[in-house]
Amino acid sequence: MKTLSANAMVGGLFVGAFVIAACIGSVWTPYDPMALDMKARLAGPSIQHLLGADEFGRDVLSRLMLGASASGIVSLATVAIATILGTALGSISGYLGGWTDRVLVAVTNALLAFPGILLALGLLAIFGANKYGIVLALGIAYTPSVARIVRGTVLSLREREFIDASRVSGDSEMYTLLRHILPNCLAPLTVLSTSMFGWTLLSESALSFLGLGVPPPAPTWGNMLAAARPYLAQAAWLAIFPGLCISIVLLGINLLGDALRDRLDPKMRGMQ
Amino acid sequence: MNTPTLLTVDRLVLGATAVATQVVSGVSLTLRRGERIGIVGESGSGKSMLMRAVIGLLPAGISKLGGSVRFEDRDMGDLQPEDLRKLRGKGIGLIFQEPMTSLNPALTIGRQLEEGLALHTAMDANERQAAILAMLRRVGIADPDAAVRAFPHEFSGGMRQRIMIASVMLLEPALLIADEPTTALDAVVQREVLELLHALVEEKGTAMVLISHDMAMVAQYTDRVLVMQKGVCVEEGATSELLRAPRHEYTRKLLSALPRRAPARAVAPSAPLASVRNMKLAYGSGSSAKAVLHGIDLDIHPGEIVALVGGSGSGKTTLGRIIAGLLQPNEGTLTFRGQAVNRKSGGYADYRANCQMVFQDPYSSLDPRMRVREIVAAPLRHEKSMRSAERRQRVDEVLSEVGLGPQFADRFPHQLSGGQRQRVAIARALARRPDLVIADEAVSALDMTVKAQILKLLSQLQEQQGFACLFISHDLGVVEQIADRVVVMHRGVIEEQGSRDEIFDRPTSSYTKKLLSAVPMLTPADGGGIDLVWRAA
Repeated sequence: MKTLSANAMVGGLFVGAFVIAACIGSVWTPYDPMALDMKARLAGPSIQHLLGADEFGRDVLSRLMLGASASGIVSLATVAIATILGTALGSISGYLGGWTDRVLVAVTNALLAFPGILLALGLLAIFGANKYGIVLALGIAYTPSVARIVRGTVLSLREREFIDASRVSGDSEMYTLLRHILPNCLAPLTVLSTSMFGWTLLSESALSFLGLGVPPPAPTWGNMLAAARPYLAQAAWLAIFPGLCISIVLLGINLLGDALRDRLDPKMRGMQ
Repeated sequence: MNTPTLLTVDRLVLGATAVATQVVSGVSLTLRRGERIGIVGESGSGKSMLMRAVIGLLPAGISKLGGSVRFEDRDMGDLQPEDLRKLRGKGIGLIFQEPMTSLNPALTIGRQLEEGLALHTAMDANERQAAILAMLRRVGIADPDAAVRAFPHEFSGGMRQRIMIASVMLLEPALLIADEPTTALDAVVQREVLELLHALVEEKGTAMVLISHDMAMVAQYTDRVLVMQKGVCVEEGATSELLRAPRHEYTRKLLSALPRRAPARAVAPSAPLASVRNMKLAYGSGSSAKAVLHGIDLDIHPGEIVALVGGSGSGKTTLGRIIAGLLQPNEGTLTFRGQAVNRKSGGYADYRANCQMVFQDPYSSLDPRMRVREIVAAPLRHEKSMRSAERRQRVDEVLSEVGLGPQFADRFPHQLSGGQRQRVAIARALARRPDLVIADEAVSALDMTVKAQILKLLSQLQEQQGFACLFISHDLGVVEQIADRVVVMHRGVIEEQGSRDEIFDRPTSSYTKKLLSAVPMLTPADGGGIDLVWRAA
């Protein structure tokens, strides 16, 4: 019987709560997240509004639930794009070497020279400030870090004797790459993608905070935080609750990432 | 008996308290000033831990559970960290196995050598400089003035180990602990470094503890030997007696694991199976090109074991990799059964099936994410006509042939010992029933008794299946045991080749003689043990 580590349990709990909130939030919320109610304007947490209401009297809990699904989907799509692009570029670059490698490394380094958020801002100007724009912009902005990690892992794996063994037994380069190299990149990739999920959640919030994210009135945690800024003195809960949500989910994701890495390591598997 | 005692270890018990295991269980030893003892054992015997306890450098998680260590009449257990620091270096010097990592890559040699002197002696800067230069000259560094300003990476492994010896011996410790000091070096360099170490220790009257898995090496440089197995000292005695008449069963097993010459076999003359002609290879290009092979001609006949020997940098591994198809030569041809081997030709798939390889490091040659069954079955993927039931059967069959049996099929490599992993690697190489197997240092990374088992397995399988084998090794002892024919390589050319008995008994080239001087000849002794005789260089 396998026992779960504390990391996995706490991380799983936080991330699980996030996923459930996002799922429920996309079909049902206590109030209509868009409905204005001027009577409840800036109302503090109470029985009617568990987490208070915002400057238009919209229920914060409802908006957080809907925002969870919006933020979650954006982050997930971003991570998928960055991981797929980054793995492809990194493995080609590391495995083929030579000129291909040099060109790809130069491009990667050039992109890495910009802070991710700056690059995303620039790309957003091209793609337009909406959900799809954000996914594309952040996805591309995070591709170089994935590519770099994958390339490094591939480079060290390439020198291992089981790669030579695969060639000696007559496997094609492509087969060797797919069968022996990529599966062995899985552990670092998992850790990277989980923590990247956290980063994108944060970046999406930051972009929304700057007014370049998902446009209002649709709620995301980031634009809720941004909207709460003028009211910090009167209604601190408007900033506290979205901020708390972001922090807890980030923590959960990082813990889960570590636990996942331990599980994916074949050395941890099959231990009696 | 009148020399004073330097070190006493009394019923020392070391272990991990967390999991209640003992790595050393009640070992005692005494060492007098100027005495040289050897501690022999395989990995996991606790030999390194024992000496680490002496110097107070136990790894985290391992602690002293009982017994005592006394050095120069002081109980090491009573020493404060401050006193212990003063003792290290000045009282006890330590030489590690890996010269690549035991020197700080960021400091010049001069700085590193000076550190100990500045800490432990009252010398001023000029005296220190003079002492360092004299010591570097003594350990055989050609240009000491340049060496003090150089960084570790500018030296070869052997040179680095000389520098390491210099840095330790500069302080003239009363006790020198050498933990596998030459294991990472090739045979000739190993011999030179040990001779140097021995001479220096004699000169300064230093007591020495030589820790090694290599019985023959310990035998030559020590007066007394402790044999350790699983944390217990199973036998202790004067070196020559212990060698000639071992009392404990494990000592006998270790001695019988030393490679010795098998009777010569007659290989029926026939056309060569694989031939290499005028093979040339250089790494890099243009003016920075470094030629590794200068036109090699080599024939491998069906059913013979050809040993390719030489020191590091001789090009033997490169040649092996070219024959295995892992490297493309700049010039030269490889023919297999009279047909030129060419990656683009139709016959290449056939060659691929018939030429397989066993690698040196069983920890890196198996994909950690695959189970044994998948690893062994991987080459069978290219046997298009084989059905999956047949493949399964073949996997079980080869696993049994290498002495593992199908019950290992579902394990992961990390669940196997080094020897078992190397058996899996051999099974993978034999799965397609090749005619030629290239074994690149296939037993070099293994423990003594395991090495003997794998060698026996290889020659048995060769006998049964009749494949030809190119056995690449720097270890002449192993070669003497297994090879039919020996090819000696030096700096990218073939120095000498001939039948094993010719090369070992009547070598003509001076390089071969030098190589042979690094391995002892074994002759059975009256007490059931062996006598070691060293050949003249």
